[in-house]
Order: sequence, then C-alpha cells, then structure tokens
Amino acid sequence: MKPDELRSLAQKEAEARKSYRYRINVCCSSGCMPFGALKVLSAFKDAVKEFGVEGECYVARTGCIGTCSIAPAVLIEPGDYLYQNVTPDRAKEIVKEHIVNGRPVKSMLYGNEAYFKKQLRIVLRNAGKIDPLRIEDYIAVGGYYALLKALTRMTPEGVIEEVALSGLKGRGGAGFLTGLKWRYVARATGSPKYVIANLDEGDPGVFANRTLAEADPHAIIEGMAIAAYAVGASKGYIYVRSEYPLAVETLKKAIEAARSMGLLGEKIFETAFSFDIELRLGAGAFVAGEETAILASIEGRRAMPRPRPPYPAQSGLWGKPTLINNVETLANIPVILLKGSEWFASIGAKNCTGTKCFSLTGKVNNPGLIEVPMGITLREVVFEIGGGVPPGRRFKAVQVGGPSGGFLPEQLLDLPIDYESLTKAGAIMGSGGIVVLDDTSCMVDTAKFFTEFCVDESCGKCVPCRVGLYKLYKILDGFTRGEGSLEDLQKVEELCEFIKEASLCGLGQTAPNPTLTTLRYFRDEYVAHILEKKCSAGKCFKNGGGVGGE
Amino acid sequence: MPDAGAQQAGLKADRRLMLLEAAIRKYQYRKDALLEVLHTAQELYGYLDRDLLIHISKLLRLPPSHVYGVATFYNLFKLKKPGTHVVTVCMGTACYVKGAEDLVLAVEREFNVKRGGTTADGKLSLFVTRCIGACAMAPNAIVDGETIGKATPEVVLKKIRAIMEAEKD
Repeated sequence: MKPDELRSLAQKEAEARKSYRYRINVCCSSGCMPFGALKVLSAFKDAVKEFGVEGECYVARTGCIGTCSIAPAVLIEPGDYLYQNVTPDRAKEIVKEHIVNGRPVKSMLYGNEAYFKKQLRIVLRNAGKIDPLRIEDYIAVGGYYALLKALTRMTPEGVIEEVALSGLKGRGGAGFLTGLKWRYVARATGSPKYVIANLDEGDPGVFANRTLAEADPHAIIEGMAIAAYAVGASKGYIYVRSEYPLAVETLKKAIEAARSMGLLGEKIFETAFSFDIELRLGAGAFVAGEETAILASIEGRRAMPRPRPPYPAQSGLWGKPTLINNVETLANIPVILLKGSEWFASIGAKNCTGTKCFSLTGKVNNPGLIEVPMGITLREVVFEIGGGVPPGRRFKAVQVGGPSGGFLPEQLLDLPIDYESLTKAGAIMGSGGIVVLDDTSCMVDTAKFFTEFCVDESCGKCVPCRVGLYKLYKILDGFTRGEGSLEDLQKVEELCEFIKEASLCGLGQTAPNPTLTTLRYFRDEYVAHILEKKCSAGKCFKNGGGVGGE
Repeated sequence: MPDAGAQQAGLKADRRLMLLEAAIRKYQYRKDALLEVLHTAQELYGYLDRDLLIHISKLLRLPPSHVYGVATFYNLFKLKKPGTHVVTVCMGTACYVKGAEDLVLAVEREFNVKRGGTTADGKLSLFVTRCIGACAMAPNAIVDGETIGKATPEVVLKKIRAIMEAEKD
C-alpha cells in the first residue's frame, strides 16, 4: 500500500460513514456472544430492512462496549445510546422507535452514567465502535497513520525517544519502562530480532487483553509493527491463549487483512521496512505468560522459565534479541505517536502515566471491562464505577492483580492505582484484574483457593515454588478444616517470605501475596478459624472442601 | 498417502490422519511447531492417546519423552478420551466467589462423577477450568459447548438432564 492509498481509503470510509444517520453497534464479544448477540445482530439487520431504513442506518458487528453485565449490549450513535439486555424482539422495537420515529426507548437504556464518568478510553478507543473484522473501519478512525508517520517521518531512535518520553510502562504487570526496554533490544547485537505480543492472559478473573484483541485487533498489530521498526525486527509473534477462540479468530483475520493490504509484509508503505506476524497458541499454562516461559512455549517446549540474565532483550527467541510486550502496552503506541508523548504524559499520575484496563468482577453491581486513568483510587473504581457491592451485603476486600495479587481491605480503598502504591500495600498491578469480595467470602478460604491455583500452575522447576507452595496450601487447607495452631501462622509467614525470596520467576515470587495480605489485613479471621473453629462467611469446616484440580 | 509409520503406531489411515499429516507438512516438520501440531491433533481426534503421540514424535523427529512432556505440561491437552457429553465449570476467581464450587458439587452428586473424570458409562465428563473470561456473567458453566451465564445448580442440572434424555430417544 502506498501512503496516498491509506489516506484516500480513510477518506472514502469516513464519507461512507457520514452517509448514514445512525450506526447501530452490536457487541459481539465473548461477554455478549453466549447470550445471543449474533441473533440480536441479525434481528437488527432484518429490522432495518423491514422498516426500510437500511440506507440511513448501518448495523455493525463490534467488539466489547464494556458493560458486560447487561449482555447483549447495543450502542447507537450518534449520542451513544446504550441499550441493555437486547433480545431479537427488542431489537425490532428499538429500530422502530429510535431509528424510524427518532425516539430512544428509555425503558431499555442502560441508565448508569456513573459507570462511564470516571473512565478514560485510550487503549479501548475503538472498542465497541468499529467492526474488528473490517480493517477499513480501523483505517477510517485513523488506523495505521501512526505506522505511516513512524516509517516515513521518524527514525527508529526517534520512535523510541517518543515512547520513552511518554512514560509508558509495561501493562503486563511488572511496569518496566517501555521505551527503555525497546532501547535495550534496539542496541542488542544479533539478527534477526523478534517482537512478541503477550496475550497469554492466564489470570482467572481477567479478560481485558482478550477483549482488546476481540474489539480492536489492528491496534495491537499496528503497535507491533511500530515496535518492530523501532527495535529493528522483521518478524513478530502474537502468543494468545487458545481458550480465547474468538480472539484467536479475530486476530487471524486481522493479520490476513493487514497482509492483503500490504500493511504487513515486504516494503510497507514503499519503505525498506518489512514485517510479518505469526499467531502462536498457548495451551492453558498460566506460567507461560512469564517472559522467558513464553519463549520456551513459542519454541515448542514446556513453558518453563529460566533465570535472567540473559534477558530476552539480549537472548530471547532462538537466542536472538527479542522484545516482549503485553498487547495493552502495544495498543497504546499508535496513539502516543499520533498525539505525542507530552499529551500522554499529562494523563494519569506522576511517574505512572496513561490509563489501565481492568476487568472488574466479583461482588460488584456493575462488572465489566473498564479503562481508567492511573492514579484513580480503588474506592472510585469499586464504588463509583462498579456501583459497590450488591444490596444488603458488606464490602470486605478487593483483590488487585490476578491470582497472585493481594487483598486490600476497606481502609486502603483510597489508595491510588499505580505500580508503586499497589506493590507497597502488598498487591500488584498484574495484568489488570480487580475482584471485589463481600462478607460472603472467607479470607482464609480465598487465600487457600489462590494458593491452590498457584500449586496447580507451578511449572515445577524450582523447589521454593513447587514444594513451598504445596506446603503452604496444606497448612491453609488445615485451617479451613479446624486443624492447626497459632504457631502455624508464624510458620506460614516464614514460608511465604522464603517462597517470595527464593523462587525463580514471577509466579513463585508473587504467589504468597494473597496469603500474606489476608494475614496482614484479616488476621482475626485466621485466629477465629484456629481458636474458635469459626468461619464468619460459613464457607469452612464442611466435609472435605478443597477446590480440586483438573 | 499416510506416513508408513502410522500403521506401525497403530493409527487408522483415515481422513483425520491425512489432515494431521498435511498440517505437519505445512509446518515443514519443524520441531518448534509441536504445540501447533498437538492442537491440530486434538482438534481432529478429541484427545491425544499414546499411539498418536508416538506417531507425532516420529514425524517431528523428537524423542517421545519430549512430546509426552509437552502434552502433559499444558492443561488444555487431554490424554484420556472424554465422555460423550462434556460439562465444564469455570473456576476462575469471579466464578469461584460467586459459587462455582456449588455447581461442581451438584453435578458430582447427581451424576456420580468426579471433577476431571468421566461417568462409568462414558456418557458424561465433568471438567473444571481456570477462567473462560466471561467473568461479568459469573458463575459460568459450559454444557456441550453452550455457555450458561449466572448459572445455578438447578439450571445446570436441568440442562444436563435434558441432553442425557435426548440421547436416549
């Protein structure tokens, strides 16, 4: 594709979009699909024909709108009217009233403005508003312009500088400065170099990356291409969980579309830059998200981490310099190049710029996919966006950071969301899960649940993680059955510190977080279990117990 | 033509084998394509038995221990034949805090099957999985590919009974 072709295609698409007075976006992401989204989509298509408005009303199959609790969700533009729990029958009525008569159906609208008020959508800028399967839709909203700009008007070093100045940090959890990581790979000797987009979102309760891939796959592809240009790579891999069939399918089609338009492949935009992407499927191993484990998995081996250094930047895939970024990090890149690092750095908090996507789940009134500026407090997320816990229940704790994230109590809710504050409190940013617990959850049982998860998912390579976590699980399990003594609490703490300090990779190093934080903030529950054999949530001391493995 | 080693490995020379070998050729017998090959094999056969793994190891010129090691490392690969019907209960965080354990217990009790196992008559398998990513609709259960959101034991049991009944007719 030539630069001019991109511009004229964008123009043509924008005009086509303008020729419609209405656009009906039907969310067909994994959150809405199981609840009949495709039937709703075809009902809308039939209805606009039936009422003879197909010339002025476009029906689009889009990705996630973000309000997963009201599936299937439908968004009508202009005005962003959001309809909840749409059925084929309701679709017909919506077309008749909203489109034909110009009267939005108030009774079916999702009236929750608070859910969106504090959100800021940068990564999810297009989610729910473009058809992920139409590359033209992405181009119409300025897609691939950042790549064009990078290739024709910026040097690789200039791109890295811009990303570095933006302050963007890795969204996969560790929070390493993206620009710095890129610079390491760019300076590393060895050829070829590789770029890996990490979409191995193995954390239970987290679906932010999947949703991004389903809603806006080209943002990931464009981000990867820019990264490849910056570090000097010509081959990229997207490592995606195979448990996400819709994301896999969407990415596959998006890569093909980009290839057929010449946005991937040889001599992109008639420059010397060539880049192509291959999809690699994971197979259900949580540890594969770790950056050295992902390398092993792409090479077709057991996903077992290895000690660092050497870092993947020096010796990655097949021993070559490799850049590994989370897909959310990559989706930020096109916007940073187009709007500038200064703009990006002005968003969020000091030392922690930009936004973060979270899947907000658990005992909260408005679960869904949210994107908020860094620095927002947990209280705002849980109580304003999330609408608090269900009626009649009491908030107990919020877990941030997936299975190895810590649990924070009510008194820490005013903590701002940034890497440093969360780590200090015993939680982690992780890949973006926020799970809310109310008084029906037992903290001892919950710590046991997550420890068991990590026991299952430990790759078994290093002793602290393999044996230490199992021992920890056994003690916690004992507490839930009425075994153990107060001395065991001391033992648990020592064991946790040992596992944290001595484990090889991030899985083991963070696995004790749930136990440590529940001990720190909810110690009385442990004591009640041990001394009084009492579980305030009524979960423990039943026959057997245990979550059971696969 | 299926590879000569196939019969040696005790595999039927059928369409599935042809497709599997075509896929392996597409990956140019590359050793690093092992995961992709295992994915394809499981899609075609439903699970990976010993003969199949040995055949794959021969074609990719990998030690059987390596292939077995990879197949057992990843949760997704099944080494035993699943039942005619499959119920999977999501045990991700969001589902767990919303009572997924009760769903599992209910199915275990009613159909006399353990999680991870199959009923004696081979009709029903019960699996638990770590997060299908539909957390906002937790708890979720998947019965023969159909996702049930905000599931209750009653709804899940009813659904299973219905498909088991339909089978009898």
